[in-house]
Amino acid sequence: MSRLPAAGGAHLVVLRNVWVHKGGTPWTMALFSVYEPILYLLALGVGVGALVGEVPGIDVPYAAFVAPALLAVAMMNSALEETTNTVYGKLTFDRFYHSLLVTPMTVRGMVAGELLWAAARALVTGVGFLAVIAAFGLVRSPWAVMAVPAGLLTAFAFGAFGLAAAGYARGWHSFQYVQLVMLPMFLFATTFYPVTVYTEWVRVLVEALPLYHAIELSRGLALGEVGPGLLLNAAYLVVFGGVMLAVAQARWATLMAR
Amino acid sequence: MALIEAEGLEKRYPGTDFAAVAGIGFRVERGEAFGFLGPNGAGKSSTMRMLACVSQPSGGSLRILGEDPVVHGRALRARLGVVPQDDALDLQLTVRENLIVYGLYFGLSLKRMRAKSAELLEFAQLADKAGERVEHLSGGMRRRLTIARSLVNDPEILLLDEPTTGLDPQARHILWDRLFRLKSAGVTLILTTHYMDEAEQLCDRLVIMDKGLIADEGTPRELIDRHVTREVLELRFPPGEQEQAAEKLGGDVEVLPDRLLCYADDGDEVLTRVTEVGLRPLTALVRRATLEDVFLRLTGRSLTD
Amino acid sequence: MIRALTYWLFRYRRTWQGTVVVSVANPLLFLLAIGAGLGSLVQGDVEGVPYLQFFAPGMLAAAAFQNAFIDAGFGVATARGRERVYQTAVATPLSPGEVMGGHLLFVALRVFVGALAFVVVMACFGLVSSVSVFVTVLLAATLTGIAPAALVAAWAVTVTDFPRLNTVFRFVVMPMYLFSGTFFSVEQLPAALQTIMYALPLWHGADLCRSLALGTATPGMTLLHVAYLGAMAVAGILIGRVTFRKVLYV
Repeated sequence: MSRLPAAGGAHLVVLRNVWVHKGGTPWTMALFSVYEPILYLLALGVGVGALVGEVPGIDVPYAAFVAPALLAVAMMNSALEETTNTVYGKLTFDRFYHSLLVTPMTVRGMVAGELLWAAARALVTGVGFLAVIAAFGLVRSPWAVMAVPAGLLTAFAFGAFGLAAAGYARGWHSFQYVQLVMLPMFLFATTFYPVTVYTEWVRVLVEALPLYHAIELSRGLALGEVGPGLLLNAAYLVVFGGVMLAVAQARWATLMAR
Repeated sequence: MALIEAEGLEKRYPGTDFAAVAGIGFRVERGEAFGFLGPNGAGKSSTMRMLACVSQPSGGSLRILGEDPVVHGRALRARLGVVPQDDALDLQLTVRENLIVYGLYFGLSLKRMRAKSAELLEFAQLADKAGERVEHLSGGMRRRLTIARSLVNDPEILLLDEPTTGLDPQARHILWDRLFRLKSAGVTLILTTHYMDEAEQLCDRLVIMDKGLIADEGTPRELIDRHVTREVLELRFPPGEQEQAAEKLGGDVEVLPDRLLCYADDGDEVLTRVTEVGLRPLTALVRRATLEDVFLRLTGRSLTD
Repeated sequence: MIRALTYWLFRYRRTWQGTVVVSVANPLLFLLAIGAGLGSLVQGDVEGVPYLQFFAPGMLAAAAFQNAFIDAGFGVATARGRERVYQTAVATPLSPGEVMGGHLLFVALRVFVGALAFVVVMACFGLVSSVSVFVTVLLAATLTGIAPAALVAAWAVTVTDFPRLNTVFRFVVMPMYLFSGTFFSVEQLPAALQTIMYALPLWHGADLCRSLALGTATPGMTLLHVAYLGAMAVAGILIGRVTFRKVLYV
């Protein structure tokens, strides 16, 4: 008799995904994932940045201000990519997870495994993009190294959200609604300018967004402005991710019982 | 001890007051091939899901390998093999990888699975397809792979849900051969099917299910003896004339949408009577009674869909 | 051709509300976030005007271009591939040329509606000074979308795997979208890149839209832009007639 896989077999879901992707090395994967943020960094950070004088209250070149935000966004997107459409297809059309039900794998293990995989993808993206930022000479503090682990919190939060969304999606078109939320969040969650450009009440709204906290955390570390406030940002992401994970677990359990 | 014991087993799905399985009892002994027959919606698949420990019974008792599946579901699943109706293979992996990864899900080591997969590929006659993506396999090959996959953990019980539905005759025979080998090797098979010939070929014992209940249980021979005669005469008439012909003929006659079935121990005798009473059927055929006749008797005149 | 268009309009009935929301929301979001938000950090003028005024017409052209690529590229590939709409259509008296024409008209219509929404949003920001500016900019943006649409459709009908479309989108459309003088002036680019951008269609579309919106258009440059984009559209249609015929009459 073999021993039952630990943790509901979460690591096996990761292993399986690695196998599927074994054609591409982590570095080509990273190259793909950092390509878009690099374009944005060049166009907005460097291009528009040349037009920007000083960012009020922040004593760094504009590109250095934008880069850590793009790092957080890139890690968020990596996690979302691996958890929304991909997982939805496996869930609904391939019935992949259903095929695992008859094995000793557990539903919790499957959810945890996909989240772990999303985090791993985000990690590759994060390391790759941090290297790019460093190459551009935009790293301002040794704390910047910590922006990648911080990004894992972002990946956790949004990956869990993605898994919940995949559980509730009613068709591919459902993900348009996710886009409808993600785009404004990307544009307004202080990616391209400090929160101080907003009036008071807009500020409150923006500060409620999870991406705002992901960016604050990333930017704080990258610019070396480390303070206890960052712990609050991290706590927000942990709580948001935890709630989303619980939602995803419950939803998947229901789906799998059908 | 029986491998599986069910008593008053029920399954109701939340939000419906309809019982997919409405209280059934049966026992499966070690080394048997046990079949569930029934039309679509009879409750076969629901029963199979409970046996696979992926769906909890809503009532009655169920013991699998002496254990309660609600409590020990996960450990029990490690000892079962399941061949689902829709294969559910991992399309993004190759044939061999499907086997290996599936073995890992059971907690088997990679090393063990490398050796085991070669053995299983041989068994499933897929050795030359080992490196191919599952997408490119035919239906029969996929089903053989699914069966091979279900054997990674050397299961004590193998559950097969309609193993040959959708396959062409050749593929079915290859598959039957493989299942027969498993049975000879001592694996307990439990299968559902709505092919009567399959049930007759493979099953030592079977139950016929209808509307969530067991209509009868026995060996194929017993069921035939109990419910139908030794022979059956099949008669076809032009549309509209069947009812009249049945009345005229009398005796043990079943009216199907497309033909009449006359049950008798001697079919030729009935055929003589047909001509005597002046009936002119389009076609007439005397054959041995099969499980299909039992099935039609017990579950209604035609397959309900 | 009109019959083929009717088909697409018929389908569109079910989804148009959603797409209108998106085509209004998108420009609104970008103008607010980048134009107004990021623009508030920009010191002084860009090409003689405030950043928002510079950015809006460039973004208009870029959006039309990008939407045309998505509609023509993914729309055509899906219709030919997964949905087999074209194969059904050419089994009727419709010719491949008509099938293409109908679909392109539909793409053009969608581009036009998207551009209309965008220009209306621009007007709300006070960026459209007169009715004639409104009309000419709207037409210029539509042309910016139509120009690549035909060429993309001509290619997409031959494409059977979606990842290829994605690759072209990422590596061709995205860079054009960001660097064709949309977010910042092409003149900021190194000389070599500048030359490349001048050769690409989106720069012509963006410059056309911007010069018309800002009232800095000269007859010579306007003619050049329109001729470039028009020639591209015609080339696309001519090539498309061949590829559609080849793919659909097999």
